[in-house]
Amino acid sequence: MSLKPIFTRTPGLKTTPTSYCPGCGHGVAHRLMAEAIVELGARGRTIAVAPVGCAVYGYDYWNFDTTEAAHGRTPAVATAIKRVLPDRMVISYQGDGDLASIGLAEIMHAANRGERITVIFINNTNYGMTGGQMAPTTLAGQITTTTPYGRNVDETGHPLKIAELLAALPGVKYSARGALHKPGLIRKAKSYILNALKIQEANLGFSIVELLSSCPANWGLTPVKAVEHLEKVMTPVFPLGVFKDETPGQEG
Amino acid sequence: MNRPVFMKGNEAMAEAALLAGCRYYFGYPITPQNEVPAYMSRRMPEVGGVFLQAESEVAAINMVFGAAVAGARAMTSSSSPGISLKQEGISYMAGCELPGVIVNIVRGGPGLGNISPSQADYWQSTRGGGHGDYRTLVLAPHTVNEMVELTMDAFDLADLYRNPVLVLADGLLGQMMEMVRFPDPIEQRKTGLLRGRDLPPQDWTLTGCQGRSPRLIRSLLMKPGALEEHNFHLEKKYALIEREETKAEEIDCEDADIILTAYGTSARIAKSAQIMLGEQGIKAGIFRPITLWPFPYNRLAELARRVDRFLVIEMSLGQFIEDVQLAVAREKSLKQVKIGLLARPGGGVPTPEEIAARAREVLP
Ligand SMILES: Cc1ncc(C[n+]2csc(CCOP(=O)(O)OP(=O)(O)O)c2C)c(N)n1
Repeated sequence: MSLKPIFTRTPGLKTTPTSYCPGCGHGVAHRLMAEAIVELGARGRTIAVAPVGCAVYGYDYWNFDTTEAAHGRTPAVATAIKRVLPDRMVISYQGDGDLASIGLAEIMHAANRGERITVIFINNTNYGMTGGQMAPTTLAGQITTTTPYGRNVDETGHPLKIAELLAALPGVKYSARGALHKPGLIRKAKSYILNALKIQEANLGFSIVELLSSCPANWGLTPVKAVEHLEKVMTPVFPLGVFKDETPGQEG
Repeated sequence: MNRPVFMKGNEAMAEAALLAGCRYYFGYPITPQNEVPAYMSRRMPEVGGVFLQAESEVAAINMVFGAAVAGARAMTSSSSPGISLKQEGISYMAGCELPGVIVNIVRGGPGLGNISPSQADYWQSTRGGGHGDYRTLVLAPHTVNEMVELTMDAFDLADLYRNPVLVLADGLLGQMMEMVRFPDPIEQRKTGLLRGRDLPPQDWTLTGCQGRSPRLIRSLLMKPGALEEHNFHLEKKYALIEREETKAEEIDCEDADIILTAYGTSARIAKSAQIMLGEQGIKAGIFRPITLWPFPYNRLAELARRVDRFLVIEMSLGQFIEDVQLAVAREKSLKQVKIGLLARPGGGVPTPEEIAARAREVLP
């Protein structure tokens, strides 16, 4: 009797164990992205641009071509790769400091040009790699190493809602926000990534998936408490869902 | 046979890039180099290339980075303030060993300065500019024709060494019109700085891992010792470049009473001063570095054995003279030689009369 495998490790990932903190969402996001690429048969023609941030070693885990980029410039690098190789799948993976702060100009303009790239955007409401400073996505009142009294939105601004902001641009054909703290939501997040990559495959325009991701180490919470925080405190500020989907036949 | 055409420096340079096979141009407006993006925006669609006006110089250099990652010849151009913004990207390119051509049509600084011709970015160009231990090749043309040839060569050297190459000119060269002859690219590869050498295979570019194992491009090397090892590898490459690529033009230096030492626009004017001095019975030579890095230290040192009077002419406040002093000091104590300086910073351009007068002051 032969056994039929119904689940295997995705060939989109190497076997290297990740070095992420317990409860961190980056590893889950990596796997979803890798699975989606493999399901679309695109591993051999994918070029990823890794961020400056906790996922800077993405290339140690992803099993496809990857380049580094300077902090925040990921979309500019991805833009040129795609312009040179229009039939490749080009993915820009970015954190919220990278994308929403130092790299805001690059992301807005790549989106506005409708570059045929897909952005995976990890929102963990802080700068993970540098030790938990305030990011543009930091919640009102949230304590970080640079907002020791809690984020005062009158002085430092309000959490930037990137998925909604980018959805407003005509060049953006797909914008969704998922979360990585529950199995059902993880499956949904993967379907968002698949949709976003298909938008790129169909040469329609820019696509982005924002993923709410927990950062227990810098939030000062246990992984279990961090999941509760993500559910109860973060999602009311960053609602989940699809903000734009111009997949043919999906409009409206 | 290529007929000579009458053309503006900036446009000639852009056309030269196309001839060299550059099909990706990324730039941001700044005077005095605006003719380059304007020309590229018109020509790139004609040759099936991509012109993209970037949102900033920062984005533009990172687009050059991306195009290089994907294996394409790419270029950006700017002027001083914009080049400052590109420095982080140039450092990343050097660290990742990516080819690319960066044109700087230098203007007066510091700050917004002015749009007059200047050579004030000498240190920035030859000493790194961005962070970290790295070098960029720096080519300094002094005529429109040379802008064409060196721009074509820049792409070859960038590919040969997997290193960014800077072409350094100024508003005077960029804006002037001169007769130029566009060389046949195959000929240029033989007669130009490449000297007929083969370019290495592009076995490192990211094109998707179909049929091979995944590739990686990075400058981040956190494992203990890994970065030091990488930097020593870079040092070896830089030493090879210093040995192989140093180039200067010399006119009548061997038995000169004084050597006028200058590059780019200053050298062009010094050539008029040389003739003027000759008419006054003074034997002046011209030493004009064509590569600013690598700098022709050895050749200049050799000349210093016989000649002990130099006049450095630069459109900056005594930057270039430091390399002349470093070169001369290889052979002689700086007490035994006299190195005069004619410095015109802030957009000033020296006249041949001024140079000749200063040269006479340096002579005994
Ligand atoms: C120009 C520059 N500025 C600052 C840094 C330092 N730095 C490294 S990672 C990082 C923040 C990353 O945070 P984020 O993008 O939110 O990603 P995360 O680490 O949370 O995944 C910063 C500021 C840098 N590498 N380069």
